[in-house]
Amino acid sequence: MDQSLSKIIFGRLSWESIPLHEPILLGTFIVVALGGIAVLAAVTKFKLWGYLWREWLTSVDHKKIGIMYLILGIIMLVRGFADAVMMRAQQAIAFGANQGYLPPHHYDQVFTAHGTIMIFFVAIPLVVGLVNLVMPLQIGARDVAFPFLNSLSLWLTVAGAVLVMISLFIGEFSTAGWLNYVPVANLQNSPGTGPDYYLWALQIAGVGTTLSAINMVTTIIKMRAPGMTMMKMPVFTWTALCSNVLAIAIFPALTGAFALLMLDRYVGTNFFTNDLGGNPMMYWNLVWIWGHPEVYVLVLPAFGIYSEITSTFTGKRLFGYSSMVYATVVITILSYIVWLHHFFTMGSGASVNSFFGIATMVISIPTGAKIFNWLFTMYRGSIRFELPMMWVVAFMLTFTVGGMTGVLLAVPPADFVLHNSLFLVAHFHNVIIGGVVFAMFAGMTYWFPKAFGFKLDEFWGKVAFWGWVIGYWVAWTPIYIVGLMGTTRRVSHFNDPTLQPWFVVAAIGALIIGVGIIGFVIQVAVSIKNREKLRDTTGDPWDGRTLEWSTSSPPPFYNFAFTPVVSDLDAWYDMKDRGYQKPSGGFRPIHMPHNTGAGVIISAIAMVMGFAMIWYIWWLAALSFVSLIAAIIIHTFNYNRDYYVPADEVEQVENARVRPAVAGA
Amino acid sequence: MRAFVQRWRGPEAMATVTEQTLPDPTFHLVEAHSHEHGAGGGTLLGFWIYLMSDALLFAAVFASFGVLSSAYAGGPTPREIFELPLVALNTAILLVSSITFGFAMLAMEPGKVRSTQAWLLVTALLGASFVAVELYEFGSLIAEGATPQRSGFLSGFFTLVGLHGLHVTAGIVWIFVMLAQIGQRGLIVANKRRLMCLGMFWHFLDVVWIGVFTFVYLLGVLR
Repeated sequence: MDQSLSKIIFGRLSWESIPLHEPILLGTFIVVALGGIAVLAAVTKFKLWGYLWREWLTSVDHKKIGIMYLILGIIMLVRGFADAVMMRAQQAIAFGANQGYLPPHHYDQVFTAHGTIMIFFVAIPLVVGLVNLVMPLQIGARDVAFPFLNSLSLWLTVAGAVLVMISLFIGEFSTAGWLNYVPVANLQNSPGTGPDYYLWALQIAGVGTTLSAINMVTTIIKMRAPGMTMMKMPVFTWTALCSNVLAIAIFPALTGAFALLMLDRYVGTNFFTNDLGGNPMMYWNLVWIWGHPEVYVLVLPAFGIYSEITSTFTGKRLFGYSSMVYATVVITILSYIVWLHHFFTMGSGASVNSFFGIATMVISIPTGAKIFNWLFTMYRGSIRFELPMMWVVAFMLTFTVGGMTGVLLAVPPADFVLHNSLFLVAHFHNVIIGGVVFAMFAGMTYWFPKAFGFKLDEFWGKVAFWGWVIGYWVAWTPIYIVGLMGTTRRVSHFNDPTLQPWFVVAAIGALIIGVGIIGFVIQVAVSIKNREKLRDTTGDPWDGRTLEWSTSSPPPFYNFAFTPVVSDLDAWYDMKDRGYQKPSGGFRPIHMPHNTGAGVIISAIAMVMGFAMIWYIWWLAALSFVSLIAAIIIHTFNYNRDYYVPADEVEQVENARVRPAVAGA
Repeated sequence: MRAFVQRWRGPEAMATVTEQTLPDPTFHLVEAHSHEHGAGGGTLLGFWIYLMSDALLFAAVFASFGVLSSAYAGGPTPREIFELPLVALNTAILLVSSITFGFAMLAMEPGKVRSTQAWLLVTALLGASFVAVELYEFGSLIAEGATPQRSGFLSGFFTLVGLHGLHVTAGIVWIFVMLAQIGQRGLIVANKRRLMCLGMFWHFLDVVWIGVFTFVYLLGVLR
């Protein structure tokens, strides 16, 4: 009786679900709990709750939402990196009689969580954050097309991230790899909560990402400043457009695959089972129809960032702008027809494998064209080797190697040998770290003064830079080598002791990357401390070329008092060239959206519903589902969505921020 | 000419900024920007894009059904379980509901509140009958032992048809929300914009249903 009552109230949640017997998790939990309590106490002590709620949590300002995405990405980067260090430490010691310190079941969770977090809760938030922060400024808009939806997207992503973090301390995470592969993730093989945490976290976050992509595409199509034709859009905006179009095209496939797997696990259908007609390889096809283009969703905006920085820091117009745009579009299209190269070994036959192999190799042509465009932009330019430009050069050297190993893997016979080897793992870390992560640091360094009004500290930036670049090469070159020798991935223990030195070197490399991460955190802290010295009073600290540099740093909440008129590709450079003067009078009322807490509330309810479903707490799931629908409907009854900022308030803000920005310097 | 020679620089601008500088139409849109005030071009485009992503979700589920469409696992086959007359009736109901939604839009244009509401209500009732017939069909299939758990084919069938039914249910809820909002505020611009989105959604479900009817039911019985 007592047992069944507890089942009704708590589902399958019980005291045994909390892993008190795992010292590593217990230690982590204590550290996280103490840190969390300290933060909450500090917020309460300094009476910041009201400020946080009014200015940040309920904000629909694309700049603040972008900054919050970036903060989420950095926090989750630390978590994902902790997983990475655990794996490197395990693989460095687990040889022969030594079983290492992580039991296999725990190790499986660690590599699953690492991949899931790094792609879904680090790379995506960082890319979406920079697009949010910069793109509307670049096109001369005052906000995005759907400001409330933007806030909802952010908080749904946060809800997904929180569910993943909860899985660390209540229950367990999936052991089925970062795409939650079947048949391991099928109910009969993983009856625990792991795959359910994975599925609910990513479904909730995935809705957020899809909505955000729809929002960004609509913004770019509908809200560009007058005169900014498609072929006058900054390259970063172009790549943001292609990346988000691609996201809209692929996320439904992932949502569908996850939904079918949920049905398999909750209802008992036979989509991906091994009997009664199910087909596990269908899951692989569906998730990789999402998965491969997703790489380009991430790396296209990265290419955009490199383009902006190269052009700015060489003081030249980007070489081959239109070829850059066409290359971006071609990559967008091709990326949709290469997914099968992730499982050439499925046995789909020589002709199918040849098609996907050749399509994959063809992608290297537009990508190569981009590399040459950057090189020709630098050629005979007056290059300023400031931090963002250093990241660009490191990217070109690192990413090219990753691209070449990718072409190697695209050859089906070679892939039959290298499939599921550490060579493959080294390849995708090569392109993701060298391509996406370097771009995020380049972009954050480049646009930090725009977002906060002061530059980042140069010395600690260099520490972060060298930590990442040297660390990357020390960590991943040995993995390439052992992979080429045939070592397979996702293994927690090795029998061959001759491999150990390579893994020890790789572990040292991971620690050097750690120096890079700590260097970045210190860089931010030092810069905040020295902000007066680092302050950017011009709004244009790098002698920029695009519209985001035409307003003050940080921009007023409405971005531009007057919508700029664009007549050249490098719009701001052109305006400076023609003797531009900032207006200081004649202001008009500005139409802006109201803040709203609906995004936070709806996402919180969605998170509770996910948690209830994971633990089979059916009453809570039903209750939160009904509340979710009710919250959405109630929100639609709010017609008071926007207001006019009166002209004299605009004038006040302009006098306080924008005019000193021009006058100061 | 001087403007071409002299590049803009921060410190040099200091001298001129003390005067009030009015916005120069070469660089600025002086009139208030009006993109947000129109009939919601952004909203309609955004909703179109959403519908395209929803269409891709259906495509993924369609493709999964296609892969599993002959995975009977020794269980019932389409020819044994589909009742085409019932499905034909349901198709007719849904198609008529699209026409009645069209009448609601025709009444919306000249601002006839009562008539718009009436046609919306008719549409919602037709939608509800569609869902009711579908639930009846599901119920009798399950009673015969043709459950979603029985085979890959039946999993695909129930999921694809059920996903469409779920969309229709959401559409019905949306219609009732719109009825309340039109009752509260009349046919204001915001409500007209919402009705246009709802209309696109409703007709989209019609198009998807034609795909379901053809590929699941008609081709299924031909197999």
